[in-house]
Amino acid sequence: MAASPALEAPETVDRHGRRWFYRHPLVIRLAHWINAVVLLVLLMSGLQIFNAHPALYWGAVSTFDDPALAITSEQGGDGKSRGVVTVGTHSLDTTGVLGLSRGAGGADVERAFPAWATLPADQDLATGRRWHFLFAWLLVINGAVYLLYGLFSGQLRRRLIPDGDQIHDFGGSVKEHLLLRFPEGTEAKRYNVIQKLTYLVLVLGLLPAMVLAGLAMSPGMDAAWPWLTELFGGRQSARSVHFIAAGLIVLFVVVHVLLVLVSGLVNNMRGMITGWFSLGRDRETAR
Amino acid sequence: MILHRRKLLTAGAGLMGTALLGGCDRFAGTDTGRRTLQVGEDANLYVQRLLMGPATLAREFPAAMISPWFKPNGTIDPPDRAYRALAAKAFADFKLTVDGLVETPLSLSLADLRALPSRTQITRHDCVEGWSCIGQWAGVPLAELLKRAGLKPQARYAVFHCADTLEYAGSQDGAFLRPGQPGAVREAYVQLAAAEDWGGAPTATDAPAADWGQGSPDPEPDDKGRPIRYYESIDLYDAVNPQTILAYDLNGKPLPVSNGAPLRLRVERQLGYKQAKYVMRVELVESLKGLGQGGGGYWEDRGYEWYAGI
Repeated sequence: MAASPALEAPETVDRHGRRWFYRHPLVIRLAHWINAVVLLVLLMSGLQIFNAHPALYWGAVSTFDDPALAITSEQGGDGKSRGVVTVGTHSLDTTGVLGLSRGAGGADVERAFPAWATLPADQDLATGRRWHFLFAWLLVINGAVYLLYGLFSGQLRRRLIPDGDQIHDFGGSVKEHLLLRFPEGTEAKRYNVIQKLTYLVLVLGLLPAMVLAGLAMSPGMDAAWPWLTELFGGRQSARSVHFIAAGLIVLFVVVHVLLVLVSGLVNNMRGMITGWFSLGRDRETAR
Repeated sequence: MILHRRKLLTAGAGLMGTALLGGCDRFAGTDTGRRTLQVGEDANLYVQRLLMGPATLAREFPAAMISPWFKPNGTIDPPDRAYRALAAKAFADFKLTVDGLVETPLSLSLADLRALPSRTQITRHDCVEGWSCIGQWAGVPLAELLKRAGLKPQARYAVFHCADTLEYAGSQDGAFLRPGQPGAVREAYVQLAAAEDWGGAPTATDAPAADWGQGSPDPEPDDKGRPIRYYESIDLYDAVNPQTILAYDLNGKPLPVSNGAPLRLRVERQLGYKQAKYVMRVELVESLKGLGQGGGGYWEDRGYEWYAGI
């Protein structure tokens, strides 16, 4: 096996013969939990903002009659309203969740995302924007601390860059991961290659793209840095990219939480709360 | 044991989540909450102004990119008698007042304004809701007017008093409105409120000269309460930007009523609700405290940011 700094990280063995490894330094643990709360607030306030004009376009401006995506409600032939998501020329009945959903008062309300998914729960663009912009700053500050710490401590490289042997055995790693076979012992001291690449895409791709696409929608930023809005192909494209990237981050979180559950909730949570991760009681130490 | 602990953890996380989000709404309703949420706006203003200069221009677009339809928003047909009297005569009697903390107050007709140096710009209008349109604006730079009026040293903000009533003071019905709302929705409401002065041809006695925010008892003869007309404000940093104009033309034609005739503000580095329509009076002030509830604008007094650069 090629030398990997992660695999050589120090560990201790308790009196029951269980191997322990200090997996997450304090800064990373704090950054993780702050990020979790911040992303939830950003998502929900973002959906509130989206609800103010629930349609997406490409390019600089809105072409109101043919949006790329729209969440609306329309009256059916029976006189009943229904929620509809339209993507291009395809539409889907989403009554109850998107377009038309139960409001706080119990009656059906016409709104793109339902009350339980938005912050504030009621339709309130002004307050939604205030939450969004305050927490966007927290995301950026928290992300900057994480990245600077990660770079200078070597944690970023150790955690996110695949080791040589992992790249050679890429196919094997993918198969192990898809079969939900999680490594134990020394190998559990590092993320597998799919984890590393996923986190890499999230940390250096999706989250920065999210921030930049958000800034690209700002008329003030467009005046200061016109290249930024242009990078996304115009303000409305930037808004669409922001929405799609949000969807991908939600997808990441769902898969992430599922994998935390199936790969050992207690050990994973203990690791991210106290830093200590158990490598199990393997034969090397239980001699 | 493990299972039990797992359940506890899951339940705990769920409980924390519910408390967090329910708490968010309650927190946002308190004074401390509002002040905390304001921090983001202050940071945006400070950082954006570090990244640009007073004279930095918003992007201008080629004529080919002008939107075929420039979405009118907010008020699209003011119900106010004084305004309707002016509109009935194609704004021939319109006078823009520039006063407040100036050396020489001005009163200028549309013809006077058109005779002043003008600027034409094709810019993108970004609504706070999220949509955008591109239009060509022509008008007189605000800096030209301020130069002619002469600023007193205490002047820090330009306040725009507009002709359109959005709601009546004391009425709760306006609370659900928002700046991006399709004009028709708000219009229907204001028309309802202003039903008595709606429809009839305005006469000389019907149309008292409104004082556009000077604080004297309002001339609107009704029992619906004092009309609250649109108002907005910018600071001198934005007021003297070359692209900050009082526009009288849209896409080469006189501004239509739906887009703010006879004059609308363009302050291109900010969102749509700063682009006050139906501007009647520009007042130079030292502080925004005395204006409305002190937020600096109609929507600002209803929770929106005064700095709308984002």
